[in-house]
Amino acid sequence: MTLTPTPAIAPQPIGPRGSIGDRARALLTNPRIHQGVFGIGVFFLAWFLLIDLFAVWRFGGLPKLVEAVREWVSLKPIFGVSLFTAEYYKHIEASIFRVFTAFSLATLSGITIGILMGWRRIFFALTFPILEVLRPIPILAYIPLAIILLPGRETPIIGLTFLAAFFVTILNTLLGVQSIDKVYYRAAQSLGFSQWQTLWHVIVPGALPYIFVGLQIAMGACWFSLVAAEILSGSAGLGYKVWETYYYVQFPTMVIAMATLGFLGYVSSALVRIVGNRLMRWREQILSGI
Amino acid sequence: MAETGQLSIRNAGKIYDPDGIHVVALQRVSLEVKANEFCVVVGPSGCGKTTLLNAIAGFDQLTDGQISMDGALLASPGKKLLPGPDRMVVFQQGALFPWKTVMWNVTCGPLKQERMAPAEAAEKGRELLARVGLHDIEDSYPEGLSGGQKRRVEIIRALMNDPKILLFDEPFRALDALTKSVVQEHLLELFDFAPKTVFFITHDLEEAIFLADRVAVMTTRPGTIKKVIAVDIPRPRDYRVLTSGRFLEIKAELGEAIHEEAKKAFEAGERELA
Repeated sequence: MTLTPTPAIAPQPIGPRGSIGDRARALLTNPRIHQGVFGIGVFFLAWFLLIDLFAVWRFGGLPKLVEAVREWVSLKPIFGVSLFTAEYYKHIEASIFRVFTAFSLATLSGITIGILMGWRRIFFALTFPILEVLRPIPILAYIPLAIILLPGRETPIIGLTFLAAFFVTILNTLLGVQSIDKVYYRAAQSLGFSQWQTLWHVIVPGALPYIFVGLQIAMGACWFSLVAAEILSGSAGLGYKVWETYYYVQFPTMVIAMATLGFLGYVSSALVRIVGNRLMRWREQILSGI
Repeated sequence: MAETGQLSIRNAGKIYDPDGIHVVALQRVSLEVKANEFCVVVGPSGCGKTTLLNAIAGFDQLTDGQISMDGALLASPGKKLLPGPDRMVVFQQGALFPWKTVMWNVTCGPLKQERMAPAEAAEKGRELLARVGLHDIEDSYPEGLSGGQKRRVEIIRALMNDPKILLFDEPFRALDALTKSVVQEHLLELFDFAPKTVFFITHDLEEAIFLADRVAVMTTRPGTIKKVIAVDIPRPRDYRVLTSGRFLEIKAELGEAIHEEAKKAFEAGERELA
C-alpha cells in the first residue's frame, strides 16, 4: 500500500507580516499604492488647472486649491478652521462620535435581526414585509419623524445615521444566511450539533462574507445620512460645517470639511475591511482595498 | 466484538409530489447490508440512489416500506429518525466547514457530543489523519487543501464519531482519476484496519468493484434493485486488481446490467426533453 506523505500547506497569510519597518517598506514599494496616489494626484492637478491656473468659467466661484490648502495648514486661518484650531477637531469629533455610535448600534441590531430572520422562518414571515416597506423610504424623509420622536439635537442625528446602516446590515446578513449551502446544516445535524452550536459554528461564520460586504455599504450610508441630518438639525459636525460655511461664503473651509469627510469615510471603510479580513482568515479571497 | 451496523432495507418506496406530477423515485427497494460489509450501489444518474441514502441518513422520508438498523426502525412512511452521529454521511460536494481549521472539523463531532476530552480528540484526529497520509495540516483551512486532501479529511471527520454505518454519496465524483485512485486506496486501508458497515453510492463501475464486498445495481426511475453481485476479490486490494481477470469478469457482468439502465435513463431523458 502506498502511504504518500502529503506536503504541508501553511495557512495563507493575508498581507505582509513582520516588523513595522517591513510593513512600511512593503507599502511603499507596492505598485497599487503608487497607482492610488497617482489617481489622487490627477484629481488635485485637475482642480489646480481648472480653478487656480485657468479659472475656467463655471468653476470661477470655487476656492483655489492653493487657497484651500493654505487655509487648512494656517496657524491663523481666515475663517477660523484649520489643522491648528480646536474648532476643526470639535467638528471631527462630533461627526465621528455620531457615526461610531450609530454604526455600532446598527451592526449589533442589524446582524442579530438578520440572523434571526434567516434562522427562523416565523421571524422572517413576521418582519420581512414591514422591513421591505420601511427600507425604501429615503433617509431624508425620516428627518421630520426623527426630530419629532427623539429628544434633543443629538439623538435625531444619531437615529437617522443609524437607520441608514440598519436596513443595509439586516438585508445583507439575511442574504448571507440564505447563501449558506444546506449541506453544512446536514453535516452539523449528523455531527450532533445542537441548535445553538449550529447557530454559532455554521450560521454566523457562514454569513460573515455577506455581512462584511453589508457593513462596508452600511458605513458609507452612515456618512451619507449623517451629513444630511447634521445639515438640518446640527450645531456641530462636519456636515453642519459644510452647510454653514456655504451660507457664510467661506468656501475654502467648506472644501476642507468636505475633504475631511471623504478622508474619514475612506478610513472607516478600510477599518471595516481590516476587521473583516481578520475574522475571515479562512477565505483565500479577501475584501479588497487598501 | 458485538457486530453492529446491520442495515435492512425492506420494500422502500419514495414518491415525490404524489398528488401532482407523481415522480416515483424508489419502488420496492430491498437490500440487506451485513455488519462490517462494504456495500456499493451503482446506477445511472437520477435513479434514486441519493434518495435512498438520504432516507437512511434521516434527511428525507420514505413513502413506503421501511429501513432499520440493528433491528431498530430508522425510517418508514411519515416517520424518520433525525440524522445523528450513528450514521455519518460523506457528501458528494464536500461539507467540511470552510471557516474552521482541519483539526476543528475533525474533532467537532466527538467534542460537541461530549464524548471525548479535547486532548483525546486531538490526538485521535492526528492519528487518523496520519493514517491517510495527512501530516501537518491541522491548522490549515479547507480552502488551502487539494480536492483529494479534503475528501480524506472528511472521511476522517466521519470516522471520528465511531458511526455504526458510513454513508458515502458519490464522494469522489469531482476528483481526477489519479487522485481518485489514491483516495480509494486510503479508504480501503482504513476499512481493512477497522471494518465498518459502509453504504457507498456511485455511478463509477470500477470504483464500485474495487471497493465493494457486494455491488447492487439500481434500475433507472422508478429505482429498484436489479441485481446484486458479490465481489470475491480478496482483500487487501490495491490498484493492481483493476487489471486482474476476476475484476474484468465482474466488470463485464455489471457493465451489461448497468448499460441497459443507462440507455433507458438516456431515452427517458430524451422523452422528457421532447
